[in-house]
Amino acid sequence: MTKRQNKNQLKLTGIAVSSGIAIGKVRVIERTKARITYQYLINNDQIKQNVQRFKDALNTTENQLITLKNHMPDIIKEHGFIIDSHLMILKDSMLTESTINRILDEKIGAEWALKQSLEEIRQIFNQIEDEYISSRINDVENVTERILWNLSGETQESLTNIKDPVIIAAHDLSPADTTEINISKAIAFITDMGGRTSHSAIMAQSLQIPVVVGLESATKQLKDGDLLIVNGNTGEIIVNPDNNTFIYYQEKKKEQEEYKSTITKSSHLPAITLDGHKITVRANIEFKEEVVAIRNFTPEGIGLYRTEYLYLWNNKLPSEEELFEDYRKVTETISPAIINIRTLDLGADKISSNLRMPKEKNPALGLRAIRLCLKEQQIFKNQLRAIIRASNYGRLQIIFPMISGIQEILDIKDIITQITEELTSKKITFDSNIKYGIMIEVPSAVIMAEDLAKHVDFFSIGTNDLIQYALAIDRENKNVAYMYQPFHPAILRMIHHVVKVAKDARIGVSLCGEMCGDPLCIPILLGLGLKEFSMHAMAIPLIKKIIRSTSLKEATTDFDNILKLDTAKEIRLYILNRMKHLLPELQEKGYLDH
Amino acid sequence: MQINLTVTNKLGLHARAAGKIVELGKQYQSKLTLKKNNIEVDGSSILSILTLSCPKGTKIQATITGEDSPEMIEKLKDLFSNKFGEPS
Repeated sequence: MTKRQNKNQLKLTGIAVSSGIAIGKVRVIERTKARITYQYLINNDQIKQNVQRFKDALNTTENQLITLKNHMPDIIKEHGFIIDSHLMILKDSMLTESTINRILDEKIGAEWALKQSLEEIRQIFNQIEDEYISSRINDVENVTERILWNLSGETQESLTNIKDPVIIAAHDLSPADTTEINISKAIAFITDMGGRTSHSAIMAQSLQIPVVVGLESATKQLKDGDLLIVNGNTGEIIVNPDNNTFIYYQEKKKEQEEYKSTITKSSHLPAITLDGHKITVRANIEFKEEVVAIRNFTPEGIGLYRTEYLYLWNNKLPSEEELFEDYRKVTETISPAIINIRTLDLGADKISSNLRMPKEKNPALGLRAIRLCLKEQQIFKNQLRAIIRASNYGRLQIIFPMISGIQEILDIKDIITQITEELTSKKITFDSNIKYGIMIEVPSAVIMAEDLAKHVDFFSIGTNDLIQYALAIDRENKNVAYMYQPFHPAILRMIHHVVKVAKDARIGVSLCGEMCGDPLCIPILLGLGLKEFSMHAMAIPLIKKIIRSTSLKEATTDFDNILKLDTAKEIRLYILNRMKHLLPELQEKGYLDH
Repeated sequence: MQINLTVTNKLGLHARAAGKIVELGKQYQSKLTLKKNNIEVDGSSILSILTLSCPKGTKIQATITGEDSPEMIEKLKDLFSNKFGEPS
């Protein structure tokens, strides 16, 4: 207690990725840059000592890498070769001999010498034109970091060894790190890097512990053992909280946990509004393994199956058979409910090393999703064939991402025709009435909605990208992240327009962004006419509860009022006040804190 | 001993393939150097091999010196012709 009072309470804000509150001691995982001391060596003893220190650090690093390799969880076994190449880099003369020579010749400390060797290698790699090979400098950096940490005498541990209930803080976490956390005893994790929809963030949600990302430099401000509060609902981190704050959050945590278990118990109840309108709530998933885990949250099918996982995880492109097996299993498991499979949405923040994609200055506006698929048609056809074949095993629908106009749909239809004709001629059975939908996430698709509706069976509004493209903000850029506003009048009007168009054209329309997992957004989305949602499974119990507490008639009136408001701030305030009235318990339990 | 080799695997001499060359070299006493466009690098250094930057189709010259070089050359040839065990 006294310790806590001695330190100043510090608040940091990042992006909330996985809900819940965690309170505990932090373990800072040194994936961040090691500190380097720049030291001139003044005598031979010091020189000898630094060479020895460097050699010792190399040995320690080697042992660590070997241990890591031997303890790799099965799910990431295929990544073993990364460790092998790290071991080779560790023994590479360009790194090791040159460092030792620098210590001897330039009479500088081991850390400084190693850093110079790295810089020299970096310069050579910078000149390599092949983007894939030049990006291997990352591996050299990784190895160098490990050596630097060992030089500092501190040990960098594997996340799986964390047996205490701590909060893990790291500069960045790879999907492999995230998997390691899965088998550790961590109660929450926070990172400097990453956005709401970055790959490790999405993976993290399946861990069902509070996660906040995009904290920029948080790990630099934290020391091992600092007491931390992680608010996975708001994205707030409180370091060394004062007693009042500590007690407040302890209560909220307890209340939220109790509330969560209560609403989860009622999650099987259908989402019917107070005035009797049935709303469909489905789950977004990322891997086939999730299909079982999400059952507790009783979604009415899968509104969005993101299919990037198989492409990102393996070190080769998945075969049609692998894909087919995966899609078939998910479709069978979820049957008779609907499953929407979205075709490959690679590019931007999700890059597969198997696709040798050129480095782009502005990847969010670059060769991603459907654009990549229409360019690399072989990859696209393999996936589409696998999905179409899997349609034989349940109620499968297909969604195409990043559609910006009619031409893309025409191109896709040509490919579909080719595939279905080919399957028919080979007497391979598939559902000949598969429904095809498109993501509405590019502003041009909103404007073209009436025309697009003539060509497809349904729309799925992807708000994560729509907000970024419509408001012209890079959501990974911290300087403008505050402008990422789901409540922006322009966004609400765009969604409203798309919903209206879909209804007039009598095609389906649903929303599958993070937005519909936000309690405050739900009354607005109901009010503008949406009846189908798909969200992260963990959010479902609360969202269903809110739907059951809302009257569609009132929500519609509210939306008319909201349309008259000018700013995101006003809209948020309006709906916040409505929510306090609708479900007072949400505020009491701290869900509406901001 | 010198031989000419062509990189035929789809990904070129990337980390994994370069790693296999280094791995092979460790099993022999002979010394291996690889040369492309007059740039010659140490075949026991994965980083050096990477810096040669060899996409699919690149022709390189391997020089092996030492007692067990004939055997090593055969193994090296196999490695290249098997596309480093990668699907093509």
